Amino acid sequence: MIDAFLAALATATTGTHLLYLVGGVGLGLAIGIFPGLGGIAGLSLLLPFLYGMEPTTALAMLIGLVAVIPTSDTFTSVLMGIPGSSGSQATVLDGFPMAKRGEAARALAAAFSSSLFGGIFGALVLTGFVLVARPVILAFGSAELFMLTLLGLSMVGVLAGNSLLKGLGACGIGLLLGSVGGAPATGEYRMTFGNFYLMDGLPLVVVGLGIFALPEIIDLLRQNRAISEASELGKGWLTGVSDLIKHKWLALRCAVLGCVVGALPGLGGSVVDWISYGHAVQTTKDKEHFGNGDVRGVIAPESSNNAKEGGALIPTLLFGIPGSGSMAVFLGGMILIGIEPGPSMVTTNLDITYTIVWSLALANLVGAGACLMLSKWVARITTIPYALMAPFMITIICFAAYQATRDLNDLVALVGIGTLGVLMKRFDWPRPAFLIGFVLASGMETYLYQAVQFDGWQFLTKPGVLIIGTLTLISIFFAARHTSDNSKSKATENDRAQDTESRPKRATNLRPQTLFATAIFLTFAYGLYDALQQSFLGSVFTASVCAVMLVISGAVLFKLASGRIDDPVNHDKEVVEEYVSNQGIASLFHYLYWIIGLVISCYLFGFLISVTGFFVTFLLVKARTSLVRTAMLTSSIVVFMASLSHIMVLDLPNGLLQSAIALPWPLG
Amino acid sequence: MNQLSKNRSWIDAMKGFTIIAAISLVAGTATSVQASVDFADERIEWVVPFKEGGGSDTWARFFAPLISENLPGQPPVVVKNIPGGGSTKGANYFDRRAEPTGLEILGTSGSTQFPYLLGDRRVKYDYKNWTPVLASPTGGVFYVSPELGIKSAEDLVKLRGESIKYASQGATSLDLVPLLALEILDIDVHAIFGMKGRGAGRLAFERGEVNVDYQTTSAYLQKVLPLVEEGKAVPIMSWGVLDDNGDLKRDPTFPDLPHFAEVYEMIHGSKPEGTAFKVWKAFFVAGFAAQKGIFLPNNTDPEVIEAWAKAVEDTVASQDFKNKAKAVLGSYPQAVQAKASKAFKVALDMDESDRAWVRDWLSTRYHVRF
Repeated sequence: MIDAFLAALATATTGTHLLYLVGGVGLGLAIGIFPGLGGIAGLSLLLPFLYGMEPTTALAMLIGLVAVIPTSDTFTSVLMGIPGSSGSQATVLDGFPMAKRGEAARALAAAFSSSLFGGIFGALVLTGFVLVARPVILAFGSAELFMLTLLGLSMVGVLAGNSLLKGLGACGIGLLLGSVGGAPATGEYRMTFGNFYLMDGLPLVVVGLGIFALPEIIDLLRQNRAISEASELGKGWLTGVSDLIKHKWLALRCAVLGCVVGALPGLGGSVVDWISYGHAVQTTKDKEHFGNGDVRGVIAPESSNNAKEGGALIPTLLFGIPGSGSMAVFLGGMILIGIEPGPSMVTTNLDITYTIVWSLALANLVGAGACLMLSKWVARITTIPYALMAPFMITIICFAAYQATRDLNDLVALVGIGTLGVLMKRFDWPRPAFLIGFVLASGMETYLYQAVQFDGWQFLTKPGVLIIGTLTLISIFFAARHTSDNSKSKATENDRAQDTESRPKRATNLRPQTLFATAIFLTFAYGLYDALQQSFLGSVFTASVCAVMLVISGAVLFKLASGRIDDPVNHDKEVVEEYVSNQGIASLFHYLYWIIGLVISCYLFGFLISVTGFFVTFLLVKARTSLVRTAMLTSSIVVFMASLSHIMVLDLPNGLLQSAIALPWPLG
Repeated sequence: MNQLSKNRSWIDAMKGFTIIAAISLVAGTATSVQASVDFADERIEWVVPFKEGGGSDTWARFFAPLISENLPGQPPVVVKNIPGGGSTKGANYFDRRAEPTGLEILGTSGSTQFPYLLGDRRVKYDYKNWTPVLASPTGGVFYVSPELGIKSAEDLVKLRGESIKYASQGATSLDLVPLLALEILDIDVHAIFGMKGRGAGRLAFERGEVNVDYQTTSAYLQKVLPLVEEGKAVPIMSWGVLDDNGDLKRDPTFPDLPHFAEVYEMIHGSKPEGTAFKVWKAFFVAGFAAQKGIFLPNNTDPEVIEAWAKAVEDTVASQDFKNKAKAVLGSYPQAVQAKASKAFKVALDMDESDRAWVRDWLSTRYHVRF
C-alpha cells in the first residue's frame, strides 16, 4: 500500500501530469463559474480529447475538472444568489446576504478556504477508507438509505423559519413536485397531464434555479440597485480565512458528513450541503443570524461539498456506481481511457486509485488557491448596477435550465417554479424546506418501497436503521429546542419592541396570503385525487404525503382565513419591507412578465432571436444604456451563446419560426 | 505553423491516397464511391439519445474518432446527447429533423428498440425508415446466490417454490429479457423495481437483498467474476449469441455456460417453441445480439450509405480498433453491412399478435400501463 501510495505521488507530481491537472482545473473554473453548467458540461467538453491520451494524464485532467467544480460554483451562489450547482444551494442562504452587505470578499474567502479544507480532507479520507470501504458500502442497503432520507428530512425543522407549519407545508410541496413522473415501483405516470416532459420528472437544476435564482433577480431588479451598496469590498479577504480557523471544528464535522453522504451510492450529492447547513444551525447557540449572512452558513456547506467528491469517488471506483451526474461522466471517461472500475481498483490497480487521490488533493489546492486569488477582484461584480447585469443573468439561467433536458419545456418549468419561488419568498414559505423535500422525494419513496419488498416491515429492526433512526430523533430534538428558543427570543424581542413602539410591521390585509395558501391546499387535494387513480404501490407515497399536507396546509389556511394577524403564519414581505407603500418599486410581477415574455418569444422565434430582442429592449427601456452600448452588449451575448452551443454540440431552443422555415446557423 | 499544416495535409492526402489505392485493389467499384462522397470541412453530428457518461454514450465516444479516420475527408465526428423519455426523445428528434446528408447519424440501444417493439406511445420514430450501418452485440450472464443451493442450470427447477427476488430497473427495460426468461422456465420471481441501473441491482445482490441477478458481459467480467471466485455468486446461464442462421448458440466469452435455449430444453425436455419463446428471442436480439446500432436517416443517398458502411467496416477491421475494443466493447464480432441490416431486421420485425401477447403479459404480470 505504501509503495503504491508513494509511486502514485511520484506520478502525480511529474511535469506533464501537473500540467494537465492544471489544465483540467482551468477548464473547471471557467465552466463552474456559469451556473447550472457544472461538471457534466465540463466533462463532456473534455471527453473528445481523452482519446489517445495516456491514461494517467487523462485522469489528471478529469480529476482536475471534477474537483474544482464544487469550488468555483460558489462564485455565483455568493455573488448573485444563483446556486452554481446542486451542491452549493445552501451556500446561497448566507453567502448572498453577506454579498449584499458588502462582505462578498469575506464570504468568498471563507467559502474557498473551506472548500480547500474539505477537498484535502476528502482526499485524505479516501486514501485510507478506500481499502476498507467495500463492506461499509454494502452495509447501507435500501432500508438504511431510506432512514438517511428521513434524517435529511428532519433538517426541515431547523430550516423552517418562523412558522413550522409553513416549513412542513413547503417541504410537502417539494415532496409532491419531486414525485411527478414515473412511480418507482410501477412506472405509472403521476400528475403528468399526459405531458411527455413531465413524465421524466422535473429536473433538479431547473427547480433549483427557479426557486432561488429567479426570485432574487426579480427582487434586486425591483429595488433597482447594485447587489451591494457598500463602498469598500477589498477588506475581509483575510477575515474570511480566519473565520474558517475560528470555526474549524464545524468545518471538520461538515467535511466528515460530506465524505459519508458522498460515499453512499444512491443518496446523491445534492443533499449534502443541506444536511451540513442544517447541522450548523442545530449545533450553534446564537442562531438568529442564519439566513441573514452568518459566515458559518457558508463554511458548513462549502467544506462538505468538496469533501463529498472524495467520498463519491469510492462507490464510483469500487463498484462502478456513480453517486452523481458528474461522477457518471467521470466513470464514462475512465472506461474510455481503458480503466474499468471494480474491485481491482484496490488490488492490482491500487496505484491508479492513489494517483486519483493525489490528483484530487492537488487539484483542490490549485483550484481553491486560484479562486481565493480571484475572489478579491470578482467580488467587485456586486457593485455593478443590477439592471445591466440582469439580462445576462436571465439569459445564462435560461441557458443553464435548458441544459437540464435540452427541451424548451425546461424554460417553461423554470418560469413556473420561478413564480412559485417569488410567491413563497413573498409569503415566507421557506424555500430551503421546499428544496429538501424535492431532492429527497424520489429517494424516500424508492428506498421505502424497496426496503419493504426486500425485508418486509422488519427492516425497521435492522441495527443500521435503529442507529440512523436515533440520530434522526436527536436531530428533531435539537430542531424542537431551536424553534422554542427562537420563539422565546422572539417573544422577548416583541416585549422589548412593544416597549419602544418599534414593533416590526405586520400585514393586516391577509387576502393575498390566504389566496396563496388556498392554492397550495388545492394542489395537495389534486395530488391526492391523482394518487387515487393509481394502483396501490404507485400511489401510497404521494397519497400519504398529500393527506398529511392537506391537514397542515388546511391549518395554515384556517389561521389566515380567520385573520390571526399576530400568528407566525402571517408574513407578507411586500408589507414588511414596505414595498407596497413605495411608489418607486415596480409591482411584484412586473419583471416576471418580462421573463415570461422571453420564454413565449423563444417558443415563437427560437432562443437566439429572442435573447437578442430581450437584450435590446431591456437595456434600452430598463437600464437606459446608449444605443452603441446596447449593441455591444447584445452582440457579445449572442456571439457567446452561439459559440458555446457550437462547442458543446448543442442546439439552442428552436421556435415555431424555425420549424416553419429553414434558417442558417446559428439562427436555425 | 503554415509549413506544418501543409505537411500534415500532404500526409493526410497521402493517407487518403493509399486508402483509395488499397480499396481499388481489393474491390474495384469502391473507388467511385470514395470520389463522389467527401465529408472534408464538415462536422458529423452523432445523435445519442442518452446522457453523457452512460454505456451508450461511452460506446459512441469510443467509436467516434475511429470512424472519423475512416470516413472520406476525415471529418470530426462529435457526439450530440439528447437524453429523455427513455431515449425516445432523441430518436424522435432524429426521425423528425435529420437531413439525409450523411452528416447526422443516430446511435441507438436496447432502450430505444424496446419501446418501439412494445408500441410505447412516446415513440414517433420508425426503424424501418432508417438504414443501419453497424450492430454492436453484447451478451448477458444470469447468476444466483450460493444460498439458493444450486450449482448449475440443471438445478434451476429446484428454485420453483423458493422465494426468488430480482432487483430491476423496470419491466419494460432490458430487464424484460431475464424476467421473461424466468417466466418461460416457470420460475416465480419477485421483481423489485426502481433500481437506478444494473449496477444498483448488482449492489442489491451483493448486499443479499436479492438472490438472483444478471449483468451484461463487460460488467460481469469486471465485477461479478471476482464474486464468483470468492464463492459469493454462482453463474447459471448466458443468454447466448446468434449464429449466421439466426439460431442461438453458446456465447464464445462463456463457453462453459449453457445458453437460454439449452436451458429451456433441460427444463422442459423439448426444443424451445411457442409465442413466449419467440417474443423472448425478439427482445433478446433487440436488447443484446443487436444491442447498439448506428443508423442513417430516411432517404439517404445509396452512395452516402455505402461510404458510411465502408467506413464502419474499415473501422472494425483496423488493428487500432482491435487493440482497444476489447476493454470497451468486449470480444463480440461487430456486425457491419448486410449483417447489420439482418440483425436489426430480426430484432425489429415483430408481428402484431406477438406484440399484443407481450403487452398483455406485461400488463397482467407487472401492471404496466400502455
